[in-house]
Amino acid sequence: MSDISLAAKPAVLTFVPVTATPASRPRDVFLPDDSRRRSLFGTLRGRLRWPLGVYTTPGLILIVWEILAQAGVLKPTYAPAPTDILSTTVELWRDGVLGPDLAISLQRAGIGLAIGFAVGIVAGVLGGFLRTGEYVFNGVAQILNTVPLLAVLPLFVVWFGIDELTKVLLIAFGAGVPMYLNLFAAIRGVDQRLIEMARTTGAGSWRVVTRVLLPGALPGFLVGLRFSLAYSILGLVAAETVNADEGLGFLITQAQTYLQTNKVFVGLVIYSILGLVADQFVRTLERVLLRWRPSYEAV
Amino acid sequence: MTATADATPRAQTGVLVAQVIRRFGDRAVLDHLDLTIDDDELVVLLGPSGCGKSTLLRLLAGLDKPDGGRIEVPANRAIVFQGDRLLAWQRVLRNVTLGLHEPDADERARKALAEVNLAGRERAWPKQLSGGEAQRVALARALVSEPELVLLDEPFAALDAITRLRMHDLVRELRRKHHASMLLVTHDVDEAIALADRILVMSNGRIGDAHTVQLSPAEREASVARERLRAALLAGLGLASQH
Repeated sequence: MSDISLAAKPAVLTFVPVTATPASRPRDVFLPDDSRRRSLFGTLRGRLRWPLGVYTTPGLILIVWEILAQAGVLKPTYAPAPTDILSTTVELWRDGVLGPDLAISLQRAGIGLAIGFAVGIVAGVLGGFLRTGEYVFNGVAQILNTVPLLAVLPLFVVWFGIDELTKVLLIAFGAGVPMYLNLFAAIRGVDQRLIEMARTTGAGSWRVVTRVLLPGALPGFLVGLRFSLAYSILGLVAAETVNADEGLGFLITQAQTYLQTNKVFVGLVIYSILGLVADQFVRTLERVLLRWRPSYEAV
Repeated sequence: MTATADATPRAQTGVLVAQVIRRFGDRAVLDHLDLTIDDDELVVLLGPSGCGKSTLLRLLAGLDKPDGGRIEVPANRAIVFQGDRLLAWQRVLRNVTLGLHEPDADERARKALAEVNLAGRERAWPKQLSGGEAQRVALARALVSEPELVLLDEPFAALDAITRLRMHDLVRELRRKHHASMLLVTHDVDEAIALADRILVMSNGRIGDAHTVQLSPAEREASVARERLRAALLAGLGLASQH
């Protein structure tokens, strides 16, 4: 306390002992972080703050939505309560409508993704490794990338008819283009100095490709995978609005015709769950495949 | 351009550089440079940044081609770069075996890692290593193929002073086990004195002064001869004001 009175005086020219630091200057004091040791209280507080992790916010929205719907603020034709949507889902499943629709949608997505990945990955690898490959594929991919998925739908209908082929190809288109672009950029983005180093060790081309280029391109590949999965679901929604007599899109279109908003929401919810599952899948892959990477972990 | 188009080797061992020219634009970075390195000799190339010493090293490594003259090096050579250049996605052992194709590659890599005092770290990821450890892995990766020529491009420049001294001890120790010609590029005068059999000071794209160093390890640490050599090197680098 005596320090403060000393610092208050402007007698700076006199000798000031080291212990008498001016109290006005802001200082940081760092002590051991004992939140880890106070485990019970600490973890409880953590749980209460984010009980569902990243899904806390969506969960909160659901609760507010439910309350508003129950209170009659939201009309059922406008936005039915989440519990209503859930019961409709169960009902549709029991009636044997939802199961086959979901199955056929997943089948379309699966085939479309397989085609899109196959083309996107082969072209991406060729384009990334070879100058010729770049010239062959890159221009086309850049042009296709600027064409909106929904805009090519009418064209696909004219070219490939209104059957399964159009739907599958639209999904493949949605998945293939981002996969190519990201994979190409990832391979070209591998540090040139590492390739140089690998060559000087006497590693042949095969080693350079398998141990340097491909693993080095993995983070970019996973970004591509994330985009591909998201776009394939977008393609699925678009494709299933065309002449479908089964599938999730059909379910939504039909419900829309009869103003069954709860059924529309069932379709939307399932689409969003598919999206979430895809995202979780990529996250898991990243955690396993990229554990070598020193990355920033947010506080 | 000299008319030396024949590709037959003139020497059996070591390094032979004759009248080498390398230009970047109008600037001749290497201007009719001559250099020989004997078998089992450690030559230190000393010079300030931008004097062309790294350019010369890249030419010897085969990473770059000369605009004129002739370079002859053993086919079995290795480089240690300034950065560790480890593959972040491979564990330490796989980083060392990168260039090996023999079935006993893992065994040899383990031995090389033990030589650089990293036994037991084979399963670590590069991100778990300190700067000195990472550079020692890079050293092991270079030595594992038993090269006839080792090129070191300021390999310890990014390390702290204490780690650098440890690395010097390690290099001296490794030279007893591995018999190879070595070229070390550095801008550190003390590093040059600590390690070299011969110190070459580069200036104007050529080798300027050459100093043969025949001092015992203790004399390299502290002696009148060491100080005399240090003063001569500093003078050669244009830093004569110290004496």
